[in-house]
Amino acid sequence: METLYSVTVGILTACSIFLILRGRSFPVVVGITMLSYAVNLFLFSTGRLTIDGAPILGTQDSYADPLPQALVLTAIVIGFAMTAYSIILAVRTRGEVGTDEVSDSDSSSEGKR
Amino acid sequence: MNLLFIIMAPLFGALLPLLFKRTPRAVQTLITLAVPLSCIAVLLNYAPATFAGDVPKQFVEWLPALGLNFALRLDGLSLLFVSLILGIGVLIIGYAHYYLSRDDDEGRFYACLLLFMASMLGIVMADNILLMWAFWELTSISSFLLIGYWFHSSDARRGARMALATTGAGGLALLAGLLLIGNIAGSYQFDAVLAAADTIKNHDYYATALVLVLLGAFTKSAQFPFQFWLPHAMAAPTPVSAYLHSATMVKAGIFLLARFHPVLGGTEMWLTIVTVVGLITMLVGAYFALLKHDLKGLLAFSTVSHLGLICMLLGIGTEGAIVAALFHIINHACFKAALFMTAGIIDHESGTRDMRKLQGLMGLMPLTATLAMVVAASMAGIPPFNGFMSKELFLDQAVQQHLFGGLSWFVPILATVGAALSVAYSIRFIHDVFFNGDYKELPKKPHDPPRMMSAPVAILAIMCIAIGLAPMTMVSGILDVAASSVTNASTTVKLSLWHGFNLPLLMSFVAVVAGILIYAARDQLFTFNRQFDGQDAKHNFERIVQRISDRAAQLFDRLDTGSLQRYVAFVLISVIVIMLPSLIDLSAITGGKPQQPIDVVSMVGAIVLIAAAFATATLHRNRFVMLMMLSVVGLMVSLAFAHFSAPDLAMTQLVVEVVSIVLMILALFFMPQKTARASSGHRVFRDIIIASFIGGIVATLNFAILTSPAESISDFFIANAKIGGGGTNVVNVILVDFRGFDTLGEITVLAIAAAGIHKLLNKLKPFMPSSDVDGRPWHRIKHPLMLTNVANLVLPMAMMVAVYIFLRGHNLPGGGFIAGLIAASAMILQYIANGVDWVKGRFNVNYQSLMSIGVMIAALTGLGSWLFSKPFLTSWFTYLKWPVVGKWEFATALLFDLGVFLTVIGATMMILSNFGKMTTRHRPTYEGN
Repeated sequence: METLYSVTVGILTACSIFLILRGRSFPVVVGITMLSYAVNLFLFSTGRLTIDGAPILGTQDSYADPLPQALVLTAIVIGFAMTAYSIILAVRTRGEVGTDEVSDSDSSSEGKR
Repeated sequence: MNLLFIIMAPLFGALLPLLFKRTPRAVQTLITLAVPLSCIAVLLNYAPATFAGDVPKQFVEWLPALGLNFALRLDGLSLLFVSLILGIGVLIIGYAHYYLSRDDDEGRFYACLLLFMASMLGIVMADNILLMWAFWELTSISSFLLIGYWFHSSDARRGARMALATTGAGGLALLAGLLLIGNIAGSYQFDAVLAAADTIKNHDYYATALVLVLLGAFTKSAQFPFQFWLPHAMAAPTPVSAYLHSATMVKAGIFLLARFHPVLGGTEMWLTIVTVVGLITMLVGAYFALLKHDLKGLLAFSTVSHLGLICMLLGIGTEGAIVAALFHIINHACFKAALFMTAGIIDHESGTRDMRKLQGLMGLMPLTATLAMVVAASMAGIPPFNGFMSKELFLDQAVQQHLFGGLSWFVPILATVGAALSVAYSIRFIHDVFFNGDYKELPKKPHDPPRMMSAPVAILAIMCIAIGLAPMTMVSGILDVAASSVTNASTTVKLSLWHGFNLPLLMSFVAVVAGILIYAARDQLFTFNRQFDGQDAKHNFERIVQRISDRAAQLFDRLDTGSLQRYVAFVLISVIVIMLPSLIDLSAITGGKPQQPIDVVSMVGAIVLIAAAFATATLHRNRFVMLMMLSVVGLMVSLAFAHFSAPDLAMTQLVVEVVSIVLMILALFFMPQKTARASSGHRVFRDIIIASFIGGIVATLNFAILTSPAESISDFFIANAKIGGGGTNVVNVILVDFRGFDTLGEITVLAIAAAGIHKLLNKLKPFMPSSDVDGRPWHRIKHPLMLTNVANLVLPMAMMVAVYIFLRGHNLPGGGFIAGLIAASAMILQYIANGVDWVKGRFNVNYQSLMSIGVMIAALTGLGSWLFSKPFLTSWFTYLKWPVVGKWEFATALLFDLGVFLTVIGATMMILSNFGKMTTRHRPTYEGN
């Protein structure tokens, strides 16, 4: 189970890194969003994997670690704020600059600004 | 009163001249004078103890964890320097009042001067070597301000920059040296360092530490080969030069050598380096002093030369040499300050400092000329002035040393040459300016300055005579204690003007005669030196600086390409390079925790998640499809949370997923729907490699964590959630109670992000497509009937669920974050189904206020605990009998959660409704449909 979990997180990370390395803003934002999922899963797993152990007192004998859960919960919300911010930044950049390229070196049409 | 006052008074007193900027200048000067005078009063209070052999100390903890304390001491060496700094400082302030012109900003000048004074006092009184270094840097900065005082002149700016660069670089070396010493000694307190002197001298790093400390001292004291900055610092106003280059700035390096002599001195290495550098500096300085045509240039190089002399004495390091060095520090401060002030008076009164233009001023300014002759004679080492005595002592030491084996005889000869050059340039200073024919036309017709302007010079000239005639009465007391603290043993000084006929006296005599001859032959010397005219230290220095900055710019251009791809790739590759070596040995980092069996649900979930992730990455050119795939990933992540016992996370992730996908689809409206051109194959290949490596690293790390046994602090939270926080949902109790402060920060960040987005959308002119990517126009019906009806039906139910989830959050999965997001998504559905205008007509809430109220409620709940004298965010709960519901818990944490709830709704709606508005305000046109 642990192997499966970590391999999944690794693949999720790799796919998001690939997207972040693209030359247009939209895939980059999607990549960042997906990377935040991977990071959340990673952080969450520092409490180890527990099945049927929701940290609600009185429901069972042993509980999953609640601390990483609390941290990840806020991380999800903050991650949303960041996604929103970066996507709107991308829209604004497109409106101002007229292109959604994030790279100068790969494009010959756009000069250095 | 305590020792702190002596430093704090000028440090904070530096504000006084600025505060009294509007008052007449005389008032400003008097106020400024009051600062060092009050310090002198305090000093007098302590001086008797120091003279009695005690060391008054003051200790205030500052950053004890770093070993940095505000510790001060007033031993003999400190007392000597403090007296010089304050005494000369008072004279300089008085002199500057007459020197500065009406256009100069006197307040700024005095403020910088006091700041500089404070930092000098800090260096010489620090009992902690790190504190000393802090003040050391402060002198570099404040002297930069002083040298660059006339910032409209490019010479002043360049001179200041050069001084700062040189002494600043030396300061860094010094810091490294002091850290080494402190590390070896185990403490940064000076006493501990002193006690560990033998350990330090025998330590492997002794040589490194010594070289670093010496670099600091030599740059500050303008010792060869760092002497170049000092003459260029002459672009400063003359009072600054007089202060910095007689008693303070450059003496800081000398002080450092004296201070660390008992710790680092006495070894072969110290002897060789310090003595040789001092000797070379003395000769080089004296030679160039003779060549300068500028009065201040002459004095600058003579300062370099005399500093070299003192440095050499400290290198020799015998008791007699140290006494001679300290004695010469006093004498040099007296005559050099006076000479600089004289140069300033001549410049001020005649309009020039060029000795080729000046001549025959004796008749016009007799008083100035007389004083100048006294102090110049002292510099030349003519009896009966004080300079004669320290020069005799120096020559005596030169004769006595046997540092260089068979070549030791060389030293006294070179010392005599130095002395002769010193005589020559002293004569030049006097003869060229005041005699040498009749007065010639000058920019201004000179005359003696106001009496008060001459007064500081006169006082110093009298000192020169008094010390010369009665050395035992004047300085033996202070030299005793100062020398004791340098040699670390009780020392008694015997000084007298007349030592009988001996070798040093003969050398002095030879030096005077030779000096006169050299002066007489000066024209040949000028001619000889003219062939080196192209060499200017400033130009060399600036060429080097320019070259370094050009290289830096080149390097920067190469790194700063403006390409996000490149930056990210660079960061990621660094991560790979740094991380990979330590992860290669998988068995070393894997823990022994047994793995759990894989169940079918996990297997299927993982496969879907992986497939969706790959699809997101590979189908990225079709952006809508990519978004759909991303939502699958998000959904699977949420299911993973649910599967692994985190219901709160699962709910949050699910709702956030909905909201983000809506937002991204909205954004896609303004963006190209497809990526037109793919990256080159080469780049794709490179990115795949990078991504795989990073993924591998993350997977390995995660595996290492998962297989190592769990040790968590969470037992505390589980044990205390019910009894301390009054809730059974531990995650929620952590959020709103145990770690409430974090959550408060979190919602504040959310609010800031929302506000930032609001500003970003302001006056945004988005790119508005009138059709989709295939050229099809948007559908005519914007609000489908079915969706409208469903949305209207869902809204009240969703609101009810939100309230329910919110209320139960403390005990069962739920809480403010989730409830807020549920309410927000129901609202968003309304916007999508009915349009912004429709919603606005029915539900006109200002989301900004809602968001602010939310943060405010949370913060006020926290502050509320202050009313009960409890720390911020202490929670309280009780059980109340409610009508209908029955016994039910009420906790202040619920109030806090309400703040979270409102903030989340407010922020989310603010982001989405503002963004959604963009689509309607610039409604797509239907032309050609």
